[in-house]
Amino acid sequence: MGETTAPEKIRIGLTVNDVRHDLLVEPRTLLADLLRGDLELTGTHIGCEQGVCGACTVLVDGTATRSCLVFAAQLDGAAVRTVESLAGADGTLHPIQQAFHENHGLQCGFCTPGMLMGACELLERTAEPDPDEVREALGGNLCRCTGYQNIVRSVCAAGRTMTADRNSTATTTATTTATTTNGAQA
Amino acid sequence: MKPAAFAYLAPRDLDEALDQLAEHGADARVLAGGQSLVRLMNARLASPAVVVDINRVPGLDSLAVTNGSGPATLRLGATVRQRTSELSPDVAAHAPLLVEAGAHVAHAPVRSRGTVVGSVAFADPSAELPTALLALDGRVVVRSRAGERTIEADDFFTGAFTNALDAGEMVVAIEVPGSPPGTGSAFVEVARRHGDLPVCGVAAVVTRSDDGRVSSARIALCGADERPVRARAAEDALTGSDGGADAVAEAAARAADGLSPRGDCHGSPDFRRHLARILTGRAVSTAVHRAAGEA
Repeated sequence: MGETTAPEKIRIGLTVNDVRHDLLVEPRTLLADLLRGDLELTGTHIGCEQGVCGACTVLVDGTATRSCLVFAAQLDGAAVRTVESLAGADGTLHPIQQAFHENHGLQCGFCTPGMLMGACELLERTAEPDPDEVREALGGNLCRCTGYQNIVRSVCAAGRTMTADRNSTATTTATTTATTTNGAQA
Repeated sequence: MKPAAFAYLAPRDLDEALDQLAEHGADARVLAGGQSLVRLMNARLASPAVVVDINRVPGLDSLAVTNGSGPATLRLGATVRQRTSELSPDVAAHAPLLVEAGAHVAHAPVRSRGTVVGSVAFADPSAELPTALLALDGRVVVRSRAGERTIEADDFFTGAFTNALDAGEMVVAIEVPGSPPGTGSAFVEVARRHGDLPVCGVAAVVTRSDDGRVSSARIALCGADERPVRARAAEDALTGSDGGADAVAEAAARAADGLSPRGDCHGSPDFRRHLARILTGRAVSTAVHRAAGEA
């Protein structure tokens, strides 16, 4: 099969970190390369390009996914979240990032984006995971610096913080709702 | 490394997919979960000219237990994710071996995209799910423009990474027949690290009759030969026995009979034969106990 004309590009609509992009992609473009090259979201790191290291993990429609093992062309209509979505616009760290900071959950930082996004998915599913659950969820993310202890500690701590935050928000909301019960709330 | 250029096709229904596979023949590869195929393409170990992405084909994501005229059958379509299967109460009730074996496959993010059927079709001789399907006496349902046919798992795996598909055919589903009462199963493996492909793994399905005798035994091994294989000598040793410690030991002793494992940096042929015997003993012992309702 000799080289003939370049294969047709594929038009996709992709939402990345709540921003909608209409893109024309080569079929062979991996999601990881689309994010880093085309969209300049270089927070997603590419380690092994064969699905082993987990550094390129992002959320695709809420599911932790190896962005090096998915073609962008497959993702028409999908919503992707990358590590850039975590911190606030003012630079306020996400509770997971804050926990990694406080617990020395990163050293060189190469694996960290994948760890954070994997932790994101886990904490959506399990609010306060125990260390074994963290190890199971992040078992496919390799770190060559930390020895993992502090990463596990970080994710457990983030779970506790986020639960506490949710509880205090819930209390506030309940109070607010109570005071506006007679208001014109839709 | 990046994949070589290819044409991307996203058929909207099965007929369109089969037309595309017929047209492009050996130049085309089916893309389901992509957790094996894309890895190979990234390394340029595979460079298909055409990729047929079946993820938008309706119906292929169905997971169902059908109670037709015969016994209940579990059917998993070609785009059912491994994660969906492992969390399915139907699969847990009907074929717990698939859940137990599947838990050893890579890690959650890979299983969230990777499909059960894809793993079967890929036919990695070390992989857990093809071996589980073989032990479960499963079937592979394949379609082409010429129609549908069903291939027994025993006949599907023809060699390392090769299967019994003809050009223009694709796997649309796997089926697992129901087990009679008194059936227990187990999967055990030795891998270098959790989530790695095993050096060797064993799937066992044992049925005991009312008098406690083993009425049937199917034992399948991965990492022990060129393809997933049955340990028939071990099955013969167990069938008709009382399923006691002596019978289990006899089955284990014969588990490596006739195997031709390949040696590599993870284990020599002799080590793999050793693992085949040890792990068969463990898998069979657990399956026998589970068959007796002893968890």
